[in-house]
Amino acid sequence: MTAASHAEHHHTSLGVDSRKLGMWALIASECLLFGSLIATYLIYRSQSVAGPSPAQILDIPVTSVSTFVLLMSSFSIVLALHGIQSGDIAAFRRYILLTALGGTVFLGFQTYEFTHFVQSGLGFSTNVFGSSFFMLTGTHGTHVAVGVIWLLSLYFSSVRGKLTEDAAIKVDTMALYWHFVDVIWIVIFTVVYLFVFV
Amino acid sequence: MTEAVLPHPRENYGLSSWLTTVDHKRIGILYGVTAVVFACVGGIEAMLIRTQLIVPNNTFLSPDLFNAMFTMHGTTMIFMFVMPLNAAFFNYIVPLQIGARDVAFPRLNALSYWVFLFGGLLFHLSFVTGHLPEVGWFGYANITTKQFTPGPEVGLLGSVIPKGLQYPVSGTEFWIVGLQLLGLASLIASINFIVTILNLRAPGMTPMRMPLFTWVTLITNFLLLLALPVITVALFQILLDRHFGTRFYDIGAGGTVMLWQHLFWVFGHPEVYILILPPMGMVSEVLPTFSRKPLFGYPAMVYASAAIAFLGFSVWAHHMFTTGMGAMATAIFSAATMLIAIPTGVKIFNWISTMWGGSLRMTTAMWFAVGFLAEFTIGGLSGIMHASPPIDGQHQDTYFVVAHFHYVLFGGSVFGLFAGLYYWFPKFSGRLLSEPIGKVHFWLTAIGFNLTFFPMHFLGVDGMPRRIYTYAPGFNLETWNFWSSIGAYITLLSALVFFYNVFVSLRGRQKAPADPWDARTLEWAIASPPPAYNFASLPDVQARDDFWYRKHEAKTFKPEPEHVHVVLPNPSYWPLIVGAGITLMGAGFLFAYVLTFIGVAVTLVGAYGWSFAKFEG
Repeated sequence: MTAASHAEHHHTSLGVDSRKLGMWALIASECLLFGSLIATYLIYRSQSVAGPSPAQILDIPVTSVSTFVLLMSSFSIVLALHGIQSGDIAAFRRYILLTALGGTVFLGFQTYEFTHFVQSGLGFSTNVFGSSFFMLTGTHGTHVAVGVIWLLSLYFSSVRGKLTEDAAIKVDTMALYWHFVDVIWIVIFTVVYLFVFV
Repeated sequence: MTEAVLPHPRENYGLSSWLTTVDHKRIGILYGVTAVVFACVGGIEAMLIRTQLIVPNNTFLSPDLFNAMFTMHGTTMIFMFVMPLNAAFFNYIVPLQIGARDVAFPRLNALSYWVFLFGGLLFHLSFVTGHLPEVGWFGYANITTKQFTPGPEVGLLGSVIPKGLQYPVSGTEFWIVGLQLLGLASLIASINFIVTILNLRAPGMTPMRMPLFTWVTLITNFLLLLALPVITVALFQILLDRHFGTRFYDIGAGGTVMLWQHLFWVFGHPEVYILILPPMGMVSEVLPTFSRKPLFGYPAMVYASAAIAFLGFSVWAHHMFTTGMGAMATAIFSAATMLIAIPTGVKIFNWISTMWGGSLRMTTAMWFAVGFLAEFTIGGLSGIMHASPPIDGQHQDTYFVVAHFHYVLFGGSVFGLFAGLYYWFPKFSGRLLSEPIGKVHFWLTAIGFNLTFFPMHFLGVDGMPRRIYTYAPGFNLETWNFWSSIGAYITLLSALVFFYNVFVSLRGRQKAPADPWDARTLEWAIASPPPAYNFASLPDVQARDDFWYRKHEAKTFKPEPEHVHVVLPNPSYWPLIVGAGITLMGAGFLFAYVLTFIGVAVTLVGAYGWSFAKFEG
């Protein structure tokens, strides 16, 4: 990228980097995606003609732990962003790895949960609760997995010295995505797990 | 890594330049040409449908083939003709209207096009396999489940790969996967255009100075952004039901087919405005130019467009009045639907007021814009009729509804698109379309269209049901069906006249000047067709209709210098590669899952190549 086009790239009508604005737009779209999945789940969670039902199978304490880990990873990506913005590359690399680790731990818990459910007799074809549960949480898990790959890509491109130009805005855009994935999990955790009491 | 794999494409001519282009103008042309090709396919399907219905008890098409034809016709015309033709105009015109050199993400723009093209081709591959979708453009569950459209016993790849690695699919899969890809293409494009319009405006181009076409592009892309994910979820549900045995639309397991209708129409109703708002914007450019007056009530037009889009999200269940949702829901959706008549009425009266007292020049573009006003109003009025649940109950699934939506989609969208085509054709091509042939084209279209679709109102109230392959004699249906089919053939003739016009005009020697219409907006301030960099120096916008203001009021307009040095984004292979990868992922669900894994790999490699490629812009 030449200096001239570099400067022009940063001149935007709203004063926000276009990549970040694009991420905001994507997040708006994702809200409707998860909204549709959550609506389906709410309609179907108690419609099954055969068990198991949500209250019989969902384990709130275990999932609370993975939820906590995922939310803490939002904290660590803020520290990573602060590192890259203030030129502290070591801190950036440390915290971006920690964030990826948090995401990976969450995925590990989800893998355990899914395996456990299948062994207990709830697969995605068992009943409509199972179909809508696995589709909703599976879509979220896919988003976490994409995020982990993205975080690791940022880490390795930084280690290989390729993350130089616009590094802060790239991390900022990624962080926006990561926060969204965490925030939508709070909604899913509430609707799927805590609503068993409702 | 990337430079070693692929050399940077540099040429600006030949096939490889089109495969690697990231220029919004070239991508616009690709969108436009592809959309017109798909329109021909959809048009032939319409002719087959009308030929089957020209006489009672006809056996020209089998019942199965008839179902396939109305499914292919509806899906093609909506997703592969009107939407991408709108996108062609977004691509070509909007960056010029806001004074930008390209869109915000040029490579994503190319990716949108490739995914659209491949999705359309994959959908039409069903012709080759002989298993056509027969589920309607709305694909109501549970017709789309394996129980009702199971498909053949063997996979499509026959003996090419072992039986265990492939599985039988029906035409329904082609519909699901094709639509999923087309939706993804539009979603990527919507992010691109929203960011472009919000962020790449020239200095001084404040929101309330933007041309109305740019405004409706922004609004339409917000509709796409928010409506498409809903159908994405619904399509995945039926795909999972068919392939992995989930129970979303299995009635025996507690599934409810109403869920599909809700999800489909939460997308499907905004989709109607996605189809009509851009042509409304085109008409809003054509009428002021040929009336030599500013658009009447510009702020009201902006707010009306936004209001139509906003209300468009709250009326989906008027497509479901006969499903028994309950009196309260029906009443609320009925009232919300009638509300849309208010901003739409504001627009109709503002267009009429724009012409009032102007010095009208009746070019072909102007004829089509005025035709749009008349035909769209008829479709709008029958739409208000359907907003009333008791009337809707009578009209549901009859030809009256077919008449209604063709008046808004053909009389509205297509007339508006033709107005836009005649208006902007010199900007795209550097050649003016022939006006005398254009007038013939207009009148043949108007006569053919009205003769085809107006009688359908009568057929509908006489009780002729939609989507039935034939009808018996003696029910007073023969006369109007005959004339409707004759009208369809006249419409076909009008399309041939249009293609002839394009052909002779492109071969003509007379070049179009930069500003052939004495127009008002920035795209006319630069050459026809514009240079690759669009504007030598970015315009400093002083007023709404800035070009007109500089020409006629401030008298400060100067033609652009001829030779400038501007750094442009360089062409890239990566959008094509990523697009192919995404398509392979979808194709896996049609042939063998191994393709899906290959597709994921290709997409990942493409995404990394994309990220680390040297790219200016």
